[in-house]
Amino acid sequence: MVRTDVQLMLDVKAGDGTSFELLLQRYRTPLVNFLYRMVRNREQAEDLAQEVFLRVYRAREDYVPSAKFTTWLFRIATNLALNSVRDNRYQKLEVSIDAPISGDTEEGDERTLDVPEKHPNIEQHLVEDTRRKMIRHAIDKLPEKQRAAVLLHKYEELDYAEIAKILNCSESALKSLLFRAYEALRVELAPLVAQHARH
Amino acid sequence: MSCERMESRILGYVDGRLKENERLEVEKHIADCAPCRLRVHEFSAVSGLLGELPLIEPSPEFDTRVHALVAAEPEPKASWWAWMHFSPRIAFAASMLVVMALWLGYRTGAPVAPNIADNDQAMMQDLPVLEDHDVLQNFEPLKDLPAAVQAEDASDTQQPQQM
Repeated sequence: MVRTDVQLMLDVKAGDGTSFELLLQRYRTPLVNFLYRMVRNREQAEDLAQEVFLRVYRAREDYVPSAKFTTWLFRIATNLALNSVRDNRYQKLEVSIDAPISGDTEEGDERTLDVPEKHPNIEQHLVEDTRRKMIRHAIDKLPEKQRAAVLLHKYEELDYAEIAKILNCSESALKSLLFRAYEALRVELAPLVAQHARH
Repeated sequence: MSCERMESRILGYVDGRLKENERLEVEKHIADCAPCRLRVHEFSAVSGLLGELPLIEPSPEFDTRVHALVAAEPEPKASWWAWMHFSPRIAFAASMLVVMALWLGYRTGAPVAPNIADNDQAMMQDLPVLEDHDVLQNFEPLKDLPAAVQAEDASDTQQPQQM
């Protein structure tokens, strides 16, 4: 039988190292991806994800299952990511947000999980690569809180109540936040949206 | 349903997270409202585009680094009663000793509560007036006196009892 996150965490609290290992295996990929999409730097995303796991381990003694484990986990991750983004903002002032998309230095080192080669030729590969860069760029342009809301909603598939707790806002405020984020993405990705709608 | 209300439901509709009655309300609205219908198509397209981004894989060293960080953590400080948690037999023996000490103290020491019967007797000895209560109540001469005189000479009526 598969143990729930809360059961695993309670076992970690009782001193079971194997349960911590299972939580690590269960959440390392979602956490690294969430943080990577937040901070747009692979190395930094991994450092932050390691810090999240360390904080979970440190907090094991005081752990009380009062909320869903994912709410707690992603709340730690979101706070770390938001702090990191705010710290980095001043260091990156020289890089214009309107810089050509091809200038994104973080794209090259992306190892994806979709291993099989799906591109019959280089041209198609380039087209898909450009689309992805545009999408990443549109997400990057969102204000941090909107970005976090979109990532938690779309990629982590957390429900509204969980995301609202993570972002410390009401559910109605979250829905409004997400609506504004999708509006901004719709405008930013207008050519792709039109293309998508035609298919 | 109004177009303003669509704002809070459109994403739930696009992602299929609405309840059945909410979904039907949205469908009824967009059937009659062209701008909202267009918005639903565009948001669906945005959601589809976001889904095109691939997942990245954590580096092979990721787990090793987490293990190293965790291993470097100091052991949590044990509280003064933590030994009980790890030695239930000692904890049980200590509890039994405390219970025995209390029981022995109760058996051999001074009585915890005073002897109520003895105390009552002592109290009654200190109240001689009450002993004559029945005599006073049935004292015939007092009953024959008129009410006014009885009140006036209240102090005199008590004389015979003191004798």
